[in-house]
Amino acid sequence: MDLVVEGVHCGACISTIEKGLGREAGVRGARVNLASKRVTVEWDDGALEPAAILVRLSGLGYPAYPFAAAIADSVEAAEERRLLRCLGVAAFGAMNVMLISVALWSGAADARGWATRDFFHWLSAIVVLPTVAYAGRPFFDNAMRALRQATFNMDVPITIGVMLALLLSVVQTLQHARETYFDSAAMLLLFLLAGRFLDQRVRRKTRDVATNLAAIKAEKAIKLLEGGEARETPIEAVAPGDLVLVRAGERVAVDGIVEDGRSEVDQSLVTGETAAVAVAPGAMVYAGTLNMSGALRVRVSNAATGTLLDEVNALLDKAIEQRSSYVRLADRAARLYAPVVHLTALATFLGWIAAGLSWQPALVIAITVLIITCPCALGLAVPAVQVVAASAMFRRGVMLNSGDALERLAEVDTIVFDKTGTLTLPQPSLANSADIDPEDLALAGSLALASKHPLAKAVAAAAGAKNPLAAHEFPGQGVTVFHEGKRVKLGSAAYCKAEAEASEVAARWPDASLIAFRAPERAVVFAIRQAPRPDAREVVAGLAREGYAIEILSGDRPEAVEEVARELAIAHFSAGLKPADKIARLKTLRREGRRVLMVGDGLNDAPALASADVSISPISAAHLTQAQADAVFLRDRLAPVADALHLARKAKSLMVENLWLSVIYNLIAVPIAIAGYATPLIAALAMSGSSILVTLNALRARSAGARR
Amino acid sequence: MNVLVYLVPLALALGGLGLAGFLWAMKSGQFDDLEGAAWRAISDDDLPEEKDGKGRG
Repeated sequence: MDLVVEGVHCGACISTIEKGLGREAGVRGARVNLASKRVTVEWDDGALEPAAILVRLSGLGYPAYPFAAAIADSVEAAEERRLLRCLGVAAFGAMNVMLISVALWSGAADARGWATRDFFHWLSAIVVLPTVAYAGRPFFDNAMRALRQATFNMDVPITIGVMLALLLSVVQTLQHARETYFDSAAMLLLFLLAGRFLDQRVRRKTRDVATNLAAIKAEKAIKLLEGGEARETPIEAVAPGDLVLVRAGERVAVDGIVEDGRSEVDQSLVTGETAAVAVAPGAMVYAGTLNMSGALRVRVSNAATGTLLDEVNALLDKAIEQRSSYVRLADRAARLYAPVVHLTALATFLGWIAAGLSWQPALVIAITVLIITCPCALGLAVPAVQVVAASAMFRRGVMLNSGDALERLAEVDTIVFDKTGTLTLPQPSLANSADIDPEDLALAGSLALASKHPLAKAVAAAAGAKNPLAAHEFPGQGVTVFHEGKRVKLGSAAYCKAEAEASEVAARWPDASLIAFRAPERAVVFAIRQAPRPDAREVVAGLAREGYAIEILSGDRPEAVEEVARELAIAHFSAGLKPADKIARLKTLRREGRRVLMVGDGLNDAPALASADVSISPISAAHLTQAQADAVFLRDRLAPVADALHLARKAKSLMVENLWLSVIYNLIAVPIAIAGYATPLIAALAMSGSSILVTLNALRARSAGARR
Repeated sequence: MNVLVYLVPLALALGGLGLAGFLWAMKSGQFDDLEGAAWRAISDDDLPEEKDGKGRG
């Protein structure tokens, strides 16, 4: 059984978990994988319930979640292993052929006549031909696929180059010629495979993280069975027509229609609207909304019958369909590169014939041009930077979902934020604590612990309350208790008879939800609102200073949006937007030629995220939304968004720099080859030199973003 | 130069041995968790005080 474990980060965690589980009767062994934050547990069948392992792990302080490895997951892992195997074989081939080549270059064979030299050449052929046949397959397969579909990619020139190099070398060997290019072919494959492997590794790592997140966030619902028995069920096992129970303070896990119960739901994750909506039997509730006051019985509906979800899904499909396919930097380079190189080789061939050389030596020179220009550094230029930048982002709490997100992030000039849950924290907090007597706050906090209502939770958190009072809760109204001979209440303004105070507070905090506290002689009203993320102001100001245009598009009420916009000094904002309105605005921006980054978390943002040039969402975002985002950021601060932009810009400039480096290398090497002076030694030095250069240059991506 | 008859196959065999070792290490999953391996090297759990020799911790 594989489990995702939270909080594993060092050697001590490994031994705690492995020993802790090992002591459990029936467990045969446990093995922690620190890189992917997973544990593999083996146990004797029937000896214990799998659930006991989860209990034991959380007892050790490591909450764990089972997960089913997706098929795509194992495909990626298999591809990575295949590349690593090819890389190993290529390294073996390259090293051994180099042994022989060094002897050849140093002239050891020349002194002893062509017989020895031929022997060395044949030896090289014996090593290299099988090596290339095995290790070159990833490239050959890709090239064949591309050619069959009448398209073109980087692998086509690679395949042509390697094949020609081998063919030329075999012919040269047969003719007892002085020079062969077996070593170049092997080394070329080695460097290219290294680049390919790094690329694949980044992709696999992001997929691992995504799978872990999915497992950690996997939601459960309480299903009501025929006899009235309630059972906690994973959300996948809930079918349309089932009846589920949603208790106060819980998130609704399904779309459905309320059969029984009255409550208020907070739809902020779905629509961005922060004011609670009252629901009664017959009302539709959506997955992702928060049930605030009373228990609800919800009949799971088949498809989303609500207008909102329908709309979101339809818009999403359309946005994905219309998304212009972004051409990666490396592919753009490849499209330019191949014709230029092939034409150069052809021109070299014709040129030498025109100069009076016979066709055979002219062909040899033309092929050396192809070999020496083979895109060795070009193949490493982009992936090396991607690996370094992706891990730098990871350290700053940003996880990339797609490989080309870096390049698209770098081109952004306009940032569009959603308000609720993105600029503001997803959990509400107390806004008017300055006006409140600490003693009242402490008492109200203890009282609030008795309730599961989200507003009460915010009060309890603000008071730092630890000791709950044995209070009685009237669902939908509030909680009450006798405390030191006095009746104290916490709940709605009406329940606490605090309407007058409430309207005063409401005037000051137009975007807040209110909760009242009543001790017999006085009433206090708490304003609870979603406060901006702690560093939102600085980050937004910083981004504006760097020249990004910033805008808020929110589904919330205008008052609430205006308040946040003023607080963060954002001039452009629109409120009360439907998902389609957000897309329309993004379209306008893009038509003006802007490159838009959309940052959002709500279900209503999903289509907008899909139709922006690039998108980021916080980790607290709705499922569907997170799946659309190109990157996800962790924790409460907004700074990772700015870091991601900095790192992406740095990475992009390094990629371009690397591509130029390989162009410069070609500018030096190609004239030598055209002139017919290229030897295998020069080819080997030039290739490894340029590859090492771009790799070292890529390491500079690590330090970006530190300037803040 | 006759020495090449022995030396060249020997060199290839040694290289092949390295390759076989690499493939074996990969197949047995030793590259799956490079971070964890770094920590396991400094763990004290394999000191002799534990009698059941199966502890891999």
